[in-house]
Amino acid sequence: MDIFLQQLVNGLTLGSVYAIVALGYTMVYGIVQLINFAHGEVVMIGAMVAYTVISMLAATHLPPLAIVTIATLAAIPVCMTVGYLLERVAYRPLRRAPRLAPLITAIGLSIILQNLALLIWSRAPLPYPQVITTVSYSLTSHPNGATITNVQVAILVMSALMMTGLMLLIYRTKLGVAMRATAQNQSVAGLMGIDINRVIAITFAIGAGLAAVAGVMVGSYYGVAHYQMGFILGLKAFSAAVLGGIGNMAGAMLGGLLLGIIEALGAGYVGDLTNLCQLSHWFGAIAERCQTNPNLALFGSNYQDVFAFLVLIAVLVFRPSGLLGERVADRA
Amino acid sequence: MDDPPPLLVLDKLAVAYGEIRAVKGIDVVVGKGELVCLIGANGAGKTTTLKGICGTQPVRSGTVRYDGEDITGMASFRLVRKGLVMVPEGRGVFGGLTIEENLGMGAYIRSDRAGIAEDLARIYDLFPRLRERRRQTAGTLSGGEQQMLAIGRAMMARPRLLLLDEPSMGLAPLMVQKVFETVLAVAKSGVTILLIEQNAKLALEVSSRGYVMESGEITLEGDARALLRDPKVRAAYLGAA
Repeated sequence: MDIFLQQLVNGLTLGSVYAIVALGYTMVYGIVQLINFAHGEVVMIGAMVAYTVISMLAATHLPPLAIVTIATLAAIPVCMTVGYLLERVAYRPLRRAPRLAPLITAIGLSIILQNLALLIWSRAPLPYPQVITTVSYSLTSHPNGATITNVQVAILVMSALMMTGLMLLIYRTKLGVAMRATAQNQSVAGLMGIDINRVIAITFAIGAGLAAVAGVMVGSYYGVAHYQMGFILGLKAFSAAVLGGIGNMAGAMLGGLLLGIIEALGAGYVGDLTNLCQLSHWFGAIAERCQTNPNLALFGSNYQDVFAFLVLIAVLVFRPSGLLGERVADRA
Repeated sequence: MDDPPPLLVLDKLAVAYGEIRAVKGIDVVVGKGELVCLIGANGAGKTTTLKGICGTQPVRSGTVRYDGEDITGMASFRLVRKGLVMVPEGRGVFGGLTIEENLGMGAYIRSDRAGIAEDLARIYDLFPRLRERRRQTAGTLSGGEQQMLAIGRAMMARPRLLLLDEPSMGLAPLMVQKVFETVLAVAKSGVTILLIEQNAKLALEVSSRGYVMESGEITLEGDARALLRDPKVRAAYLGAA
């Protein structure tokens, strides 16, 4: 098995999902300097809504692609409404409050959304009905070489399309320029006739719409949805946004992809690198054990989640403004 | 002499920051087509007056009437649609946006593409420097160029009343001259202007009427030329004995 190539493919897939979610964090941060910690829960709601729709349609004889498309189109407006409501009901009244207040509110909202999802969808992990049969395509001539699945291809293509679309929106439309203007100076944006409350609400809604699609992608990729799935995913996407430089859109995309790759390669190699049997030459006791069990790894791929947070800590220590961030540290 | 019909009327306008009363009930009238200046020392309450008009600082008491309508406390983004546009202190260009994007934001409220393109060309003709650099971010411009951009951007909204807050602040003398020429040209094109300035001499020279503000109150008002000759004004603001 070509571990490197395989993990690169897995990492890029996961990374593009992180990138989509990280864009939501970074857009909101850029415009209101708020870390919307409930953003991960919006992803979860997207996955849950899609689960419900797919389950309902699985018995019909609609083509699989149509089912997933309908599910996604159902998840997007639900999540956009949630994102809009979060801003309107919870964050807007706190816009002039000390920064700790909206931050704590965000964590509170995250708990509320999780528990709402628990009430609606139960605490059990919900298996996505397998409407799409996974097909693997070989990437190398070797029969046991690295592969890429149709789901992975779909995630990569979909993410690329969404990122391109978002960039066109932000840099080529009047609304996008108004969003950037509002992010730079809210009071002057108001003097241009821009209704900043509307622009901020739209920003939340767009971020939530992206999160909805990310939720469907994660659900289809892992084949399961769970009311707590948004928490870790949200934290990782947040780490990705910080890695790229929070507030910077290109940074969020770069950070997401890098984090996915780091995580996948880390998970792929951590077992080999921490295999004590490599020390057999020096320690007789280890050599004996390794004759019966050649794999004495200290850490396995279940340590995958650690890498995102190692990256987060490293960034905060060595480059707090992130890879592409230019914003001054006191705003972060 | 017939006074032009008033476009902006401040009636006992008072604006405060918490307990501190920065503007203590002032009366100001700007007639249609006039260029009126409000001069005074740093901290006299000039900028606060503008913030009160634009709804960026809450009004404590009194009213602001614009074109016969009470606009006291109205949000600034609504005022732009009525033709009341402010160029804020410190210019407030969007440093991360290109010059063309900045000008485009000036025309945010408009949707007449042809008219916007026409105005854009006119502003580029007025400030060729901006045309040369239209794809650069506004943060790369000098202070004077940023002031030109800020005025040009405000013009993109096709204002009826333009509020200018200290357009000469922090600029080299040559640039100040240029800014005032521009202000005069804008006024000649039919835009009513309320100009806030510390540079009393220049402001009075371009204006038709003036108000002098001291610690939140209007202490003198009248014809700009008369104010220029007024011994009190000369002593306090023009550096003459």
